[in-house]
Amino acid sequence: MVSKNIKNHNLIKGINSIYTFYRDGFKGMVIGKKLWKIILIKLFVMFVILKLFFFPNFLNTKFETDEEKGNYVLEQITRNASKN
Amino acid sequence: MMDFDLTMVNWARAQFAFTAMYHWIFVPLTLGLSFLCAFFETIYVRTGDKEWRALTKFWMTLFGINFAIGVATGIILEFQFGTNWSNYSWIVGDIFGAPLAIEGLFAFFLEATFFAVMFFGWNRVSKKFHLFSTWMVAIGSNLSAVWILVANGWMQNPVGMAFNPETARFEMQSFFEVVFNPVAVSKFVHTSSSGFLFASLFVLTISCWYLMKGKHLQMAKRSIVVASVFGLLSSGFVAFSGDESAYTVAQKQPMKLAAIEGLYKGETKAGLVAAGILRGDKQPGDGQDPFLIKIKIPFMLSLLANRSFTAFVPGIDDLVYGNEEQGIESTASKIAKGKKAINDLALFKQAKKEKNNEKAEIFLAKFKNNQEYMGYGYLESPEEAVPPVAIPYYAFHIMVALGTLFPVLFAAFLFYAMKDSLTKESLKKWLLPLGLISGFLGLIAQESGWVVAEVGRQPWAIYGLLPVKASTTNLAASNVQITFFMFFVVFTLLLAAEITIMLKQISIGPEEGR
Repeated sequence: MVSKNIKNHNLIKGINSIYTFYRDGFKGMVIGKKLWKIILIKLFVMFVILKLFFFPNFLNTKFETDEEKGNYVLEQITRNASKN
Repeated sequence: MMDFDLTMVNWARAQFAFTAMYHWIFVPLTLGLSFLCAFFETIYVRTGDKEWRALTKFWMTLFGINFAIGVATGIILEFQFGTNWSNYSWIVGDIFGAPLAIEGLFAFFLEATFFAVMFFGWNRVSKKFHLFSTWMVAIGSNLSAVWILVANGWMQNPVGMAFNPETARFEMQSFFEVVFNPVAVSKFVHTSSSGFLFASLFVLTISCWYLMKGKHLQMAKRSIVVASVFGLLSSGFVAFSGDESAYTVAQKQPMKLAAIEGLYKGETKAGLVAAGILRGDKQPGDGQDPFLIKIKIPFMLSLLANRSFTAFVPGIDDLVYGNEEQGIESTASKIAKGKKAINDLALFKQAKKEKNNEKAEIFLAKFKNNQEYMGYGYLESPEEAVPPVAIPYYAFHIMVALGTLFPVLFAAFLFYAMKDSLTKESLKKWLLPLGLISGFLGLIAQESGWVVAEVGRQPWAIYGLLPVKASTTNLAASNVQITFFMFFVVFTLLLAAEITIMLKQISIGPEEGR
């Protein structure tokens, strides 16, 4: 029982020290703050604007199953076959 | 007649090329600067000298800026796969899934742990653990590049897979064959070592600027010594792996080799063109000398391509029109077989749809007879198998010329650094200005290398199996044009942000960097 409590205590202490490590690290940044702003704006532009509105996955938006996707691509790559 | 929308294909091509070249500004710097930071910090930990610590933190800050601006720019390429290149992404999905997933997981764990220690851990973890984290970032960044280059190597030399005509996908048969593909192995060594070289030039550029301005002299000199040693060693690897790359290209992509050398008529004892100007109106099979002027090194192309001074190296005309004597099949014959394969594939699918299994089996067997030529069935003429020769030719020669200059430059810097005479007035007239522009020259060499690899591969997306024009989505060109210009604006802003932040940080210098 005592050893379990010690283990729990160490775990909480470990998590706390990781948390403070990251917290103080972020707080202490100088140029890093500016860079994080750029990263967040960039990720927003990429994933929210570009991906959602301009870069849909063509096959996923048109078809539901892999079989449908496979059939479509097969039809695309053989559409000029003379079939004789 | 094939009815692929070439306008759309070309816009999609341009968009992909633009994004990849932009992405490639950041990647080699990340690959190389991470190791340089590890070297700088190792010296600090071994000597305990605080100047080395300030120096390490300065270069680490520049590494961080480069990483922050470059991060996720590669994701855009994956967006394009799904939107512009849906045929291609479906067809190769089974091969690319594993390497790209491993790369994603690797990058995530690396960045969430060791990256944080590297930037936040000064004074908060032990010196040795901090150093260990810096090395892990360097090793991890480079290992994560392995998987992307494995995927690219597979496109250049598709191995370890089989085409499934039922699902229209290449399916992986041997993970090890894909990973240890000779093209992928030489590509990884060549690409990563050229990244080390470029990062060393970047360090030279900024250090030279400090020397010319008379600022942070000790830091600049120390940085130059480490960068020159690393740059010299990397140059050796670049040369060795470049030779190996040329050999694998000659074996697996002979058309690319012929294009980068401007070789139209195959030769035994073939010479290597050291420099030359191509004739602008040269066409395959027209019999004209492809060069207006050239300087050749005798026998060297045969040696490079086949490890023999006397071996035959096929030219563009041999590969397009065939050469019976050398046992080279003409492209026209391959196109005919490819068209048969596509027809049999279509008939197989139709028979399957009609649930006529007997007929399906017959067409499947016929398809398999010509399957390896399938990609050629999309070409409209044999000449379409030729890449735009001038682009890979000049890119290759620019890359090689710069690649020859760089080790000389590193050696000169090392020589003067060892004599402690880098601040001499006479060097400000030639060596330091050369060092100042060397980073830019390194970038040109980097981008030229990718132009050689990718334009030289045209018209193929997957070499010999799937041309670029059959890889795209059936979309209107205007869709791609809009996003092309959006990227242009976003990327230009990001690049302007990087240059501004980096220049500001460089002007602040090593003391304040964080």
